[in-house]
Amino acid sequence: MVKQLKKIAFKAQAAGLAAALALCGLGFSSSAEAGETLDAIKARGVIKIGVGGNSPGFSAPDSAGRWQGFFIDIGRALAVTVFNDPEKAEFVNSSPQQRLPALQSGEFDILLSGVTQTITRATKLGFHFGPVVFYDGQGLLVPKKLGITKGSELDGATVCVQTGTTGELNIADFFRQHKISFKPVVIEESNEFLKAFASGRCDVLTQDSSDLAIRRTLLPNAADYVLLPERISKEPLAPAIRYGDDRWLEIVNWTVYALIEAEELGITQATIDSFLGSDNPSIRRFLGVDPSLAEATGLDAKFAYNIIKALGNYGEVFERSVGKASKLGFERGYNQPWTQGGLLYSPPFR
Amino acid sequence: MSQLAVLLGVFALFSVLGANTVDNLGRLGITVGFGYLDHPANFEIGESLVAYTSGDSYARALGVGILNTALVSIIGCLLATLLGVALGIGRLSANLLISRAVQLYVEVIRNTPLLLQLFFWSATIHALPGPRQAFEPLTGVFLTNRGLYMPALAMDGAAVFSLLLLGGGALAGVVRILVHERRHGPMERAAKTALLGAVAVLLLGVLALCLGGAVSVEPPRLGGFNITGGWVLSPEFLALLVGLVINASAVICEIVRSGIEAVPEGQWEAARSLGLTRGRTLRLVVLPQALRVVIPLMTSSYLSLTKNSSLAVAIGFPDLVSVVNTSANQTGHVFEAIALMMAVYLTISLTVSAALNFYNHRLSLGR
Repeated sequence: MVKQLKKIAFKAQAAGLAAALALCGLGFSSSAEAGETLDAIKARGVIKIGVGGNSPGFSAPDSAGRWQGFFIDIGRALAVTVFNDPEKAEFVNSSPQQRLPALQSGEFDILLSGVTQTITRATKLGFHFGPVVFYDGQGLLVPKKLGITKGSELDGATVCVQTGTTGELNIADFFRQHKISFKPVVIEESNEFLKAFASGRCDVLTQDSSDLAIRRTLLPNAADYVLLPERISKEPLAPAIRYGDDRWLEIVNWTVYALIEAEELGITQATIDSFLGSDNPSIRRFLGVDPSLAEATGLDAKFAYNIIKALGNYGEVFERSVGKASKLGFERGYNQPWTQGGLLYSPPFR
Repeated sequence: MSQLAVLLGVFALFSVLGANTVDNLGRLGITVGFGYLDHPANFEIGESLVAYTSGDSYARALGVGILNTALVSIIGCLLATLLGVALGIGRLSANLLISRAVQLYVEVIRNTPLLLQLFFWSATIHALPGPRQAFEPLTGVFLTNRGLYMPALAMDGAAVFSLLLLGGGALAGVVRILVHERRHGPMERAAKTALLGAVAVLLLGVLALCLGGAVSVEPPRLGGFNITGGWVLSPEFLALLVGLVINASAVICEIVRSGIEAVPEGQWEAARSLGLTRGRTLRLVVLPQALRVVIPLMTSSYLSLTKNSSLAVAIGFPDLVSVVNTSANQTGHVFEAIALMMAVYLTISLTVSAALNFYNHRLSLGR
């Protein structure tokens, strides 16, 4: 508790200082690191990955203190591509408010914490995005007893929003579009944010719906709350990296594509070895049985094989962390291969 | 000469740092400039002293933040001073119970982190009943976890005008007395009473006049999701205000106590020998002298209260820091946002300290 308080105190009081320091860091370090993120990672022997603290299913330490979750597995897949060792990933906790400046200042090499890909972030703020790893949309969580069935009935409601997310803008847009009014309560600290809602300070909690599903499980009486079916925004969550290292960006891209491609090809962690003898040329290339890709890409011929062997394909990662069998129980929805009506699509491994 | 060299050195250092930063930001595709302040902010702010909607500019959003910070700081400083002075006097009370109770209060408050106290007040207010089960201590006053609702006075232009006139008249009366007392010593009790009486009669007269329909009371009512109408103080504002006032009052209590104790014992004895009561001694002899010790220290507690109000971001009050953080986060203009925030806090701090320094100078001996 005290430790947490100290952390928050630091965050709140020194938000300015942190950002200023981040900028100082920018001034000195980025010139040295431009184009050299990958070199820095190799020299360090570990990839530093920014994640959002306590999001069970996406990224959270388990009871043994080991990080687990959807984003964590993608981080480990990167470590396999670079080092052929899923353990060479170091996870750094960062709040929504702090994460982008922290990435910019070089505190970590990649941010995997539910960052929505937007044009402003990509063109103006200096971030490149890897492939979308999770298609999400902003949702509205309300107490059942209000009897609300859709967002447009929320005229005059008080809405709790967590600062530092695109959600703050979407909710304002949503109410403007529907010509109804609301009162925001904007809180940075995620525990306080949830407490305010639990105590009835606000009628609505808004966030990416995946995040709301997690929050709902953390509420004292989860069954008293309902997630409205509508999604008020598109939230494509993608890995973010700094400008200036194209090679690193491609490694991120193709690591994610490897996970997606494996599912499309029907290759799983359990069955992968049986595919090594396949005579399908695209499978042979993908798994590095045919080493031609290694020469072309400069990556380990078996990087995709190693990833799937260590962590499974996209579908397995999804199901294990957030899917039907997990505590969060998400449907695959848009997060299915394009061959099954979803939006996941990997360019060819050729 | 050497000072000039140092100044130039510092200036050069900052120029190099600044140019370097701008250069690096430029390379990342981030342009530095305040042009974004004109753009629509697109986020809502929960409470505001001036009209604000999400389509308004960042500049206006920033203004809302500044006003909110100013509001909580000014009210906070006033209340903390009143409470702190009362506590400081209580701390020196001959009554052991009062003195020890105040001591306990001061120790508890000063030895726990302010953020913890803010969370405590925030949780306390959130624990109040919801709007539908509102706690109504007085008719028309609702205490809920959505805030404190009070009946608002709705008045037309004529009523506002006459009230302003009245306020001005009353103020003029008080100033008149103060000026007279400063020039000619204590005013005759009878003259003072007469003057104040005249003001009071005038006050009642005009009040009665405007109560004849021009002023109406708008009570808060339960409707929709919430209580609507009336005048409302949000829970975040209340929690922040209570937290800051209690925290600062403990410090001010100690300042007042030390100030009073700094007045030589002989002053008390002299006043007693003149037949002054303890209360009059305090008011006429001791406190004016204690002020000299107290003012510089008060300056720093006012400044820290103002700066501490930035902890609001943790409990959801949209103060300057909260608004600036959001705009920086949404636009990427972190550098400009921090610069603006520094400029605002610096201006507030320098203004407060200049005003109190001026007052301190007027109070000092050998002027």
